[in-house]
Amino acid sequence: MQFGIFTVGDVTTDPTTGRTPTEHERIKAMLAIALKAEEVGLDVFATGEHHNPPFVPSSPTTMLGYIAARTERLILSTSTTLITTNDPVKIAEDFAMLQHIADGRVDVMMGRGNTGPVYPWFGQDIRQGIPLAIENYALLHKLWREDVVDWEGKFRTPLQGFTATPRPLDGVPPFVWHGSIRSPEIAEQAAYYGDGFFANNIFWPKHHFQRLIRLYRHRYAQYGHGTPEQAMVGLGGQVFMRKNSQDAVREFRPYFDNAPVYGHGPSLEEFTEQTPLTVGSPQQVIEKTLEFRDYFGDYQRQLFLMDHAGLPLKTVLEQLDMLGEEVVPVLRKEFAKNRPAEVPEGPTHAARVAARDAAALEEVAE
Amino acid sequence: MKPLTIVAVSAGLGVPSSTRLLADRLAEATRQRAADGTARPVEVRVIELRDLATDIAHNMVTGFPSPALGEAIEAVTAADGLIAVTPIFTASYSGLFKSFFDVIDHTALTGKPVLIAATGGTARHSLALEHALRPLFAYLRAMVVPTAVYAASEDWGTGGSGPGGALTERVERAAEELAGLVRGSTGTPATHGADDLDDVVPFAEQLAALRAG
Repeated sequence: MQFGIFTVGDVTTDPTTGRTPTEHERIKAMLAIALKAEEVGLDVFATGEHHNPPFVPSSPTTMLGYIAARTERLILSTSTTLITTNDPVKIAEDFAMLQHIADGRVDVMMGRGNTGPVYPWFGQDIRQGIPLAIENYALLHKLWREDVVDWEGKFRTPLQGFTATPRPLDGVPPFVWHGSIRSPEIAEQAAYYGDGFFANNIFWPKHHFQRLIRLYRHRYAQYGHGTPEQAMVGLGGQVFMRKNSQDAVREFRPYFDNAPVYGHGPSLEEFTEQTPLTVGSPQQVIEKTLEFRDYFGDYQRQLFLMDHAGLPLKTVLEQLDMLGEEVVPVLRKEFAKNRPAEVPEGPTHAARVAARDAAALEEVAE
Repeated sequence: MKPLTIVAVSAGLGVPSSTRLLADRLAEATRQRAADGTARPVEVRVIELRDLATDIAHNMVTGFPSPALGEAIEAVTAADGLIAVTPIFTASYSGLFKSFFDVIDHTALTGKPVLIAATGGTARHSLALEHALRPLFAYLRAMVVPTAVYAASEDWGTGGSGPGGALTERVERAAEELAGLVRGSTGTPATHGADDLDDVVPFAEQLAALRAG
């Protein structure tokens, strides 16, 4: 089981001070947060990709390359990489390059992006969102697995005798998650390829995601990748902690009330009841996160959103200390209990290379 | 035997409201006529949007309904017949009325028998039914009955035996039209919700569709 954080990279005014960080401050804060994630013993840092203010992370592999150089163990990932508006050739090359730089500590989460105006900035059309996600990923999948590619599709100029460089590290492409909030087509796509499915469940009630994850697990097995329990599931979470839960609620409420996405809507109490958001003591966070297993089955990756809505860097770093020291060690222990042996661990490059080699040996033996 | 269900949605704000009063009359008239033509029991429910006003606004902001709103949406989309009644505000349906139908999936009312009705201070706004409510439900591909019922303040004082436009006669005519469609209902139409997971197209077909296109 892997634990980590994912960031949207929003530049948001701190509602308690009225101060808005500069883009430079926010970018530097994201880097500090990533380094802190490794320091406190987390496994994964994932950054969003956005091309419109108030968001800053337009160039994820640049950011992750820096973090790779400053860390030893942290897996670098995305949440998400836009498979619709990025050229799949460039995704193939950028992330293979990052794999080499980071010695394999890289995976990637594909997403469509839901902001209509962004698509034409990259020559695309949101009405083709799902077909773009399907075709572009089919090409990316091929580019990472075949040295010389001939290809023709609907949305991109054809390729003849093309080799994406560098080739993936050790000939094993980065593990791919497909992120989705609402589309069963994406759960189906993840199942078809035997890739991971990340349900970004943080803003919505659980019953919706139970259906999506059930579909993914079921189809994963039907496509012959393993049992439903062996499918690779990732989940989001959103927490704010203080030793005393009343302090957490008091401190977080102005950030909640003014947050992008859900601010100025339901009360903090209603939202925590209906979604995974937990505002309270570390023990409450532990209890709520452990419930995810009851709803969705044993899973592989848990990412927390910790740094949005204008929270100051100092506060976020304190939150990460608590997450790393008080929450994740207990979650590791508890999630390991009664975990069936056939349920896989979170994906790593080393394990994927070993699996590839084992499969090759088996083939030779036959 | 599975009952026929008729749900009336009232966007009236007053307590009591003339919009609610009209919804009740339409619901009762439809229930009687539907019951006359079928052995199935007929159940009627009136949903007051006022009670859900905050939940509807929250749904706009968060993208998901509260449990109470979710239950109301489920009742509306599963009904055999829908009666939709709004006060006319500023020359059209009220914002609350529109917001409720905005948070329902746009395919969820396809084929649904619907009776549209409205209330207002004067008869001058009666055509708002035809230029605002009817196109709204046409967009949703609902089956709107020909008679739309408008009740102005003066209508509440007129009897049923008066000249052709009297409110009671219009209520009865509209109810008969809706009951006719409801009696033919074979039960809850399949939900067409975007997250109806049984309908997912197998991936190979999705890929093939791209190649063919």
